[in-house]
Amino acid sequence: MQELGKAETNSTRIIRQDDKRVIIEKDLDTEYMVLSMGPQHPSTHGVLRLECITDGEVVVEAEPYLGYLHRCFEKHCENVDYPGIVPYTDRMDYLAGINSELAFCITVEKLLDIEIPRRVEFIRVITAELNRIASHLVAIGTYAIDLGAFTPFLFCFRDREHILSLLEWISGARMLYNYIWIGGLAYDVPADFKKRVAEFVTYFRPKAVELFKLLTENEIFVKRTYDIGIMPADVAINYGWSGPMLRGSGVRWDLRRNDPYSIYPELDFNVPVPDGKFSVVGDCLSRHLVRALEMEESLRIIEQSLDKMPDVAGFDSRALIPKKIRPKAGEVYGRAENPRGELGYYIVSDGKSTKPLRCKARSSCFVNLSAMKDLSKGQLIPDLVAIIGSIDIVLGEVDR
Amino acid sequence: MSSSPSLNTWSDALSGFSIGWFPLGLVIVAVIPLVFIALYALTYGVYGERKISAFMQDRIGPMEVGFWGILQTLADILKLLQKEDIVPTVADKFLFVIGPGILFVGSFLAFAVLPFGPAFIGADLNVGLFYAVGIVAIEVVGILAAGWGSNNKWALYGAIRSVAQIVSYEIPASIALLCAAMLAGTLSMQQITMMQAGPGGFLHWFLFTNPIAWLPFLIYFISSLAETNRAPFDIPEAESELVAGYFTEYSGMKFAVIFLAEYGSMFMVSAIISIAFLGGWTSPLPNIGGLELNTMTSGPVWGAFWIIMKGFFFIFVQMWLRWTLPRLRVDQLMYLCWKVLTPFSLVSFVLTAIWVINH
Repeated sequence: MQELGKAETNSTRIIRQDDKRVIIEKDLDTEYMVLSMGPQHPSTHGVLRLECITDGEVVVEAEPYLGYLHRCFEKHCENVDYPGIVPYTDRMDYLAGINSELAFCITVEKLLDIEIPRRVEFIRVITAELNRIASHLVAIGTYAIDLGAFTPFLFCFRDREHILSLLEWISGARMLYNYIWIGGLAYDVPADFKKRVAEFVTYFRPKAVELFKLLTENEIFVKRTYDIGIMPADVAINYGWSGPMLRGSGVRWDLRRNDPYSIYPELDFNVPVPDGKFSVVGDCLSRHLVRALEMEESLRIIEQSLDKMPDVAGFDSRALIPKKIRPKAGEVYGRAENPRGELGYYIVSDGKSTKPLRCKARSSCFVNLSAMKDLSKGQLIPDLVAIIGSIDIVLGEVDR
Repeated sequence: MSSSPSLNTWSDALSGFSIGWFPLGLVIVAVIPLVFIALYALTYGVYGERKISAFMQDRIGPMEVGFWGILQTLADILKLLQKEDIVPTVADKFLFVIGPGILFVGSFLAFAVLPFGPAFIGADLNVGLFYAVGIVAIEVVGILAAGWGSNNKWALYGAIRSVAQIVSYEIPASIALLCAAMLAGTLSMQQITMMQAGPGGFLHWFLFTNPIAWLPFLIYFISSLAETNRAPFDIPEAESELVAGYFTEYSGMKFAVIFLAEYGSMFMVSAIISIAFLGGWTSPLPNIGGLELNTMTSGPVWGAFWIIMKGFFFIFVQMWLRWTLPRLRVDQLMYLCWKVLTPFSLVSFVLTAIWVINH
């Protein structure tokens, strides 16, 4: 934060030295006010703090401050053996634990160069897509709350509850699963798995349509998000955006398609990208639309995976898990499409230790959030809230 | 239509009653609406809203305290009473304390001209409607005092927004009510109601007796949402933007008083819209041949019942909207007021004038 001049006692009188001042009315020269938004603010999605310099309701500049949830993930990794890192990855993007685990496990498996049983791959994809729906439901629900609609939020959480109880039934935990292990799974799925997931899919389809009608097609909701916080595609790529954020800017980029992993190449699904008819490409509404449409694609992936998943009698999901993970010396970068974008792990192994020499996590939320300063310039405070909501950050992943 | 002999009998009798120099009757007349606000805010306002929102959201709402959670509000009040009464050290103490008071007084004073049935009204002013519209503006002072006195940036934003919003929306609201006043030819609340009374029940209400009244009716309803800071116009207290708006710093009983004022003005605008367009305390049931439903359901007690029911119906609609719609942005709100509602209210004003002249 640069020096903004003197802050006198009792009155927040801030004089900027440069001439970046936004003047709304030419004759009315007003003073800036520094507004500290967060870390306990209701719409900063956790513990993000934004220092906004405001001119009335206009945000001249918003600077995000991070680190309130920093837990030294990367340093921890250097002191824990490979299987021990998996539970930590859950705690990064705590709304999509399975996806974080999946990204980490495929990275280490790449380093180890081991084969994964086909049944395990399908279970991984089904659980990951279930978790993606759950995560998008939270994103959409909290976005509705940011814009003042409370009911869609509770509808989202009601439906998410079904997913959480499914995953709890499979893995024993509701949010921090530790289910996907390097080379396999913690447990095979229970006997009724296919039936119950299929039941959920038939339950959820009409609910997603209802949610779309209630929120996305709502006139006020569209008014609040249409043409707000536009991010052009080239700038988005330069910022390194990924996931629904990048797709919202009109770039058809999905790692499940562009850098395929697991069994995604075998599955038939679309990558929704806004066409500019319902929204301006790159605005908040586009990002919301991408998330809303992706849930349907995830449902399609789940259905196809359920059909193709082989039933193996007496299947042992831990059979191929290496007894001791000690990769040969080398480095690897593995990535997967998380609900919030590209989650990548860069792992360096020295070939001697069972612990990684270095483990760097490339967090999608952190990269997406980096554009905040650019997006927020000259916006109104309500629009700032709409923009933060559309970025859909999870501070656990931003701060790591 | 002339006023019936039974008009205002109860309140007149009460007002005349005094013990020595002490006008006990007048005090009782004033206390009745106060007790009503408190009771209704406790039951329908808080508990009802929680239950209604719960059923809209696939929840069950409060269930623990008492049967179906019926004592939940009482428990909340007891909790609020025990809370420490915090005044921020940097706050302007006088404004901070007086803010909720002004707010409550503003919404409560309007109850003076609300007729609770044909026999009871606080004061049957000949400018009742004008008084009700005017006195509500006092709330703005309370909000500004609360927001400024808190010495909190969020509260200040909320207060400034609220003042801009309430002052702006008074224009379409007042013009819409003026249409009703023109149709009735009077500003007295009782006389406006009497103009809509008759054996045909709801057929005599202004909303149904002429082809224009739906327009000022809608305009006033939308404006009243904005005036009481209810969703989708709750931007002064937009919890996702401004934490809690002008009452961010309030806790304990001061917070409760602000809520009481909000529920008070919710009922007040609902009652005004019922009086202006939906016949106030008159019964909606028509006399059908020998079946004299209207006559059976009229009278002082029935009148109180009908006005409260009509008020509650509009409060239900307000809650319904609140739990369905997102919130408008502050500039969109002003756009709606100045570029949509105000011109349309002027149009409806002219149309109503033409209608009145020709009938």
